[in-house]
Amino acid sequence: MATTSAEYIQHHLQNLTFGKLPAGYERADGSIVEATTWTLARTGTEAADMGFMAFHLDTLGWSIFMGLIFIGLFRFVARRATVDTPGGLQNFVEMIVDFVQGIVKDTFHGRNPLIAPLALTIFVWVFLMNSLKWIPVDYIPGIGMALGLDYFKIVPTTDPNGTFGISIAVFALIIFYSIKIKGVGGFTKELTLTPFNHWALIPFNLFLEVLGLLTKPLSLALRLFGNMYAGEVVFILIALLPFYVQWALNVPWAIFHILVIPLQAFIFMVLTVVYLSAAHEDHH
Amino acid sequence: MNINLTLLGQTIAFAIFVWFTMKFVWPPITHAMQERQKKIAEGLDAAGRAQRDLGLAQEKAAQTLRETKEQSAQIIEQANKSATLIVEEAREQARSEGERLIAAAKAEIEQEMNRAKDQLRAQVAALAIKGAEQVLESEVDASAHSELVNKLASQL
Repeated sequence: MATTSAEYIQHHLQNLTFGKLPAGYERADGSIVEATTWTLARTGTEAADMGFMAFHLDTLGWSIFMGLIFIGLFRFVARRATVDTPGGLQNFVEMIVDFVQGIVKDTFHGRNPLIAPLALTIFVWVFLMNSLKWIPVDYIPGIGMALGLDYFKIVPTTDPNGTFGISIAVFALIIFYSIKIKGVGGFTKELTLTPFNHWALIPFNLFLEVLGLLTKPLSLALRLFGNMYAGEVVFILIALLPFYVQWALNVPWAIFHILVIPLQAFIFMVLTVVYLSAAHEDHH
Repeated sequence: MNINLTLLGQTIAFAIFVWFTMKFVWPPITHAMQERQKKIAEGLDAAGRAQRDLGLAQEKAAQTLRETKEQSAQIIEQANKSATLIVEEAREQARSEGERLIAAAKAEIEQEMNRAKDQLRAQVAALAIKGAEQVLESEVDASAHSELVNKLASQL
């Protein structure tokens, strides 16, 4: 366990990183890596030095675990979905499905069987990942420590990889449907001739439109990450206080997250639908 | 906070989850919901129809009841009428029968009386003749005096 406050915070914000260390790298304990190896990072510096060739095992593991919970629960209900009087669980699932369906119907005006399931997946999955924040910050890392893992950061949405991973997929879909619906020519036209329909302004238009396009995944990912990360930092700061006063700040902050967690999941879903709706709309 | 392969892993996981949801989760649930919606709509429709039918049936029943009441009232009235008629007839019959009986009895009485009178008359005549015979101590020619005697007897 880290000793100073700064170390404690840094420790809690470090992911469990499994990555490639190049040959000749000097590890934190002074040993030299002889050949290129894949290993767990022992310190934040090591994790950073692994560069791109690394995985955050905690982010991936927990997000996949949460995804499996989502899929398992919903598939369970879907398999025994009855037309007649639904049970409590089916009611609950149907409520969520109906909610998402309503949003998609209101926002998305095209015809695409992918959009609604996509929105549902985003909403529930992100919600589940966010909701890991309610688990006290020391519990799971403590267990990880007991198992010999130096770092364990359980909330995947406090890892930019987690949020960008989703937003990049959304971005790919935006590009895909823009081209599919408008054609390469139509999409190019939209990028170059709007908002100013004049050949001389093509570079300016292009700059503006590409910027607007790139802003979409960036804003999606950064909004979710920023909110979750900041919330997590506050939880960690609260955890630094003496244990007998923690509840005074911890409880209100956790209650506040009853609002924040679904709201961020909801915003991510709605913006995804809005962006994809825009990708489907042909203005010309 | 390093960007690394986690990004791709997350993207792949996300794609698989979306695909799974689209393939195996969304269709059955929405299908069930739609079916239920349809069923509820049909049920409500049927309920509305049934209510309308019920109204019609109630109206019909009320009408039938009304008609039946009228009919039964008519029948009762008729029955009452015919009953009075029968009673009246019977009374009339009884009266005439009584009168007839009285008349017959009276006639019989008359007859009997007449017969008795005749007998009495005959006996009186005979008595008178006998009396006269005794008074006269002579034989009276019955045939000669019968007219006189008969006149006397008829006066009795």
